[in-house]
Amino acid sequence: MESRMAEKTSMAGNSGLSVREIAIRYGFLTLLVGLIIFFSLATRGFTSPQAAVFILQSVSITGILALGVTATLVVGGFDLSIGSIATSSMMAAAYVMVVLEQNALVAVLVCLAIGALVGLINGLIICYMRVPDLLATLGMMFLLIGLQRIPTEGRSIATGMTLPDGSTAEGKFSQAFLALGRHRFDLFIDNLVPASVVVLIVLAIVIWFFLEYTRFGRMMYAVGSNERAAEFAGAPVKAYRIWAYVISGVFASIGGILLAARLGRGDIASGNNLLLDAVAAALIGFAVLGAAKPNAFGTAIGALFVGVLLQGLTMMNVPYYTQDFVKGAVLVVALIFTFALLGRKAR
Amino acid sequence: MGDTAVFRIAGLTKAFGPNAVLRGVGLDLRAGEVTVLMGANGAGKSTLVKIMSGVHKADRGMMMLGDKPFSPTTPAEAMHAGVVTVHQNINDGVVGTLDVATNLVLDRLNGAGRGLFFNPRRIRREAREVAERMGLGIDLGAEVTDLSLADRQMVAIARAMAHEPQVMILDEPTSSLSSNEAERLFALIERLRARGVAILYISHRMSDIRRLADRIVSLRDGAIVGQFDEKPLDYEGAVNAMLGQNLGRHSIDVRDAHEPVFSAEGLRMAPSARPFSMQLGAGEVVAVTGLVGVGKTQLAETLFGIHRPLAGSMMLDGVPYRPTTPADAIRNGVFLVAKDRGSTGIVPEFNIYENMSLPFLPRFSRMGVTRRGRERQVARDQIADLKVVCRTERDDLATLSGGNQQKVTVARWLTQSSRLLILDEPFQGVDIAARHDIAAKLREGAGARATLVFLTELDEALETADRILVMSENTIVGEHRNADVDMDRLLAEVAGQRSEAAGSL
Repeated sequence: MESRMAEKTSMAGNSGLSVREIAIRYGFLTLLVGLIIFFSLATRGFTSPQAAVFILQSVSITGILALGVTATLVVGGFDLSIGSIATSSMMAAAYVMVVLEQNALVAVLVCLAIGALVGLINGLIICYMRVPDLLATLGMMFLLIGLQRIPTEGRSIATGMTLPDGSTAEGKFSQAFLALGRHRFDLFIDNLVPASVVVLIVLAIVIWFFLEYTRFGRMMYAVGSNERAAEFAGAPVKAYRIWAYVISGVFASIGGILLAARLGRGDIASGNNLLLDAVAAALIGFAVLGAAKPNAFGTAIGALFVGVLLQGLTMMNVPYYTQDFVKGAVLVVALIFTFALLGRKAR
Repeated sequence: MGDTAVFRIAGLTKAFGPNAVLRGVGLDLRAGEVTVLMGANGAGKSTLVKIMSGVHKADRGMMMLGDKPFSPTTPAEAMHAGVVTVHQNINDGVVGTLDVATNLVLDRLNGAGRGLFFNPRRIRREAREVAERMGLGIDLGAEVTDLSLADRQMVAIARAMAHEPQVMILDEPTSSLSSNEAERLFALIERLRARGVAILYISHRMSDIRRLADRIVSLRDGAIVGQFDEKPLDYEGAVNAMLGQNLGRHSIDVRDAHEPVFSAEGLRMAPSARPFSMQLGAGEVVAVTGLVGVGKTQLAETLFGIHRPLAGSMMLDGVPYRPTTPADAIRNGVFLVAKDRGSTGIVPEFNIYENMSLPFLPRFSRMGVTRRGRERQVARDQIADLKVVCRTERDDLATLSGGNQQKVTVARWLTQSSRLLILDEPFQGVDIAARHDIAAKLREGAGARATLVFLTELDEALETADRILVMSENTIVGEHRNADVDMDRLLAEVAGQRSEAAGSL
């Protein structure tokens, strides 16, 4: 809870904090600043506005997915299906425009509906069929990975492709839709900020405000921390848990829309890393400001942290195949930081 | 008498930190006898059992098994020496995914000198021997997860018996069994008794105790305060000793209710229970007392919409009241301070004001956005009112002591006015000072609402309530105005005797 953290900080400022407490609270942010300074000195052009925007753009889709999965973490759940929701939604967008020859609005609405529906089904399976969250969403992940291949018999979707019935797909991605992935807004410099970065920032602020300042967000934290206590306080616990999965599903489908808009086709092979990267960002977020629990601000910082690190290493000519190793190492360190130093129990 | 004792304890003490739990317990167990140990929550029963079964080590004192000193350092050691324990939690005694036969001989699969391989046919044979000796009529091939709780309990006991124990400790073995299932357990226990096993039986259920006890020993505040072995057994004396009520300690200004607020008609809580009725009025504090497991929590949660009564109707302020969820009850102004704050009350990751506003967030919000200023103001008022010891209302709940956490849990439900305030064991794990603070606050604010407090400890009921209802076996068996209480009648009712007066309820 970022605002609470801020309160505590101001309060603690005059009462004095132990070194350990300062390390816990600001350790990760200090590390992030340190990294930025290091890369600025070690490489050329790291501090340029273009480089900063590039980092944000590189983490925008995983960041959006991570913000969604944060909602399920808040209610004490987990959503492994976000990556496959995103790719399903990407394929659906391509199918709607290329094969069904519909416009951008229809494509976006279909994607959002898919995200909401899958989230709803996840929630229902978990709450009413009592399937553990990890297993239910793992099953859903498998199902979606398979399902998204069926309409095109396993082929990627692009204008001019041959359809299962032998005809050729005549539709194409509308310009309005592609703009979601390619348009850049002016900010001091012309054509600086890509639309996906704007979406990321807006969604981050929305989910952060929702979790921290609305009663719904507060109840979701209560459900995650002590479900029975929330129930005895009159909360419709199942409804909150189901809504968390719907939020997660919708966020993942937004990520999928942006992915489709960036690629300009329905690529069957893309989006493999989305799940792991998003979950890593959300879990790294536990360590930010010593929260030791899922929080939107931490998730955003976690995504940014990974982005900065990868961009910096790339600019220092570290080979691309070390990227997953670096991400994994950051995640392990962050988790140790969260659970060992803060002494909180898992999830 | 003493010469038949197979197990002797003398001068046993145990302290956890500054908390003295056992203060010199002395106890003899005799072969072929069921000794019932009674004690209220926190009397030290489970600590005593844990020392006997090798989980904890006593600080001082000695135990003798037969004529040898007995001081096990692990549960396995106690078991091999001949003292076996069947724990309250049935599923701790069996492995659910294995079949009955394997469960029965499970302990033989461990330990030094066992081979690497096991022979399924030999296991079957050994298991059949055990089952026959115990008269266990259960399919040995069945998986334990498919068995009823009672059957699992039987398996756990039969398994314990495979060690040919001299002493068997049964810790509330019937707490999750129906009366039919319990009857089968009793038959098994009688068979053990006939085989000359010394049995220590821990229970709150008067019906069990009447059925089985050869002797009753009452434990209170870490010491044995009564031993009863003359037939017929003095059950009321045992209950009395265990509750240790001291008359005249309470001095409350007993009030009578003004207008009625809540009434229940023909309420039935369990299939075999007698229906009962009750009326609660504005301004009075009514305590419901009774032993553990008589259905107090069930009743409290039924009034709060967590369970449905099997039969009967309820009225609140003259309107039918049928809550289906806690949210429903809260909307109607019926609040419950639930038992066991750790699992049903507090949100440990929240701070004080967030915990207090939890049930009433809609009232603290505008367009869904919480108004922290108001939340904090209300929390500050309650902190001052109930003398909660903390730095500020932003302290995390986990940083408070148990008593202060309990104050916050109670205060949560005092922040808004209620029609019926229900408190289930509000003094659990709370020291005397905090208890007085809470009780005083309850009586002081009782004005317009009806207040119903569920208390196992009679002392607390006498200290808090204007009227005392006695519960036994899922129904109300007695009623007393808390002035010149007929203690003999009250204790008889607690011990399970239905009084004449109760019929008119």
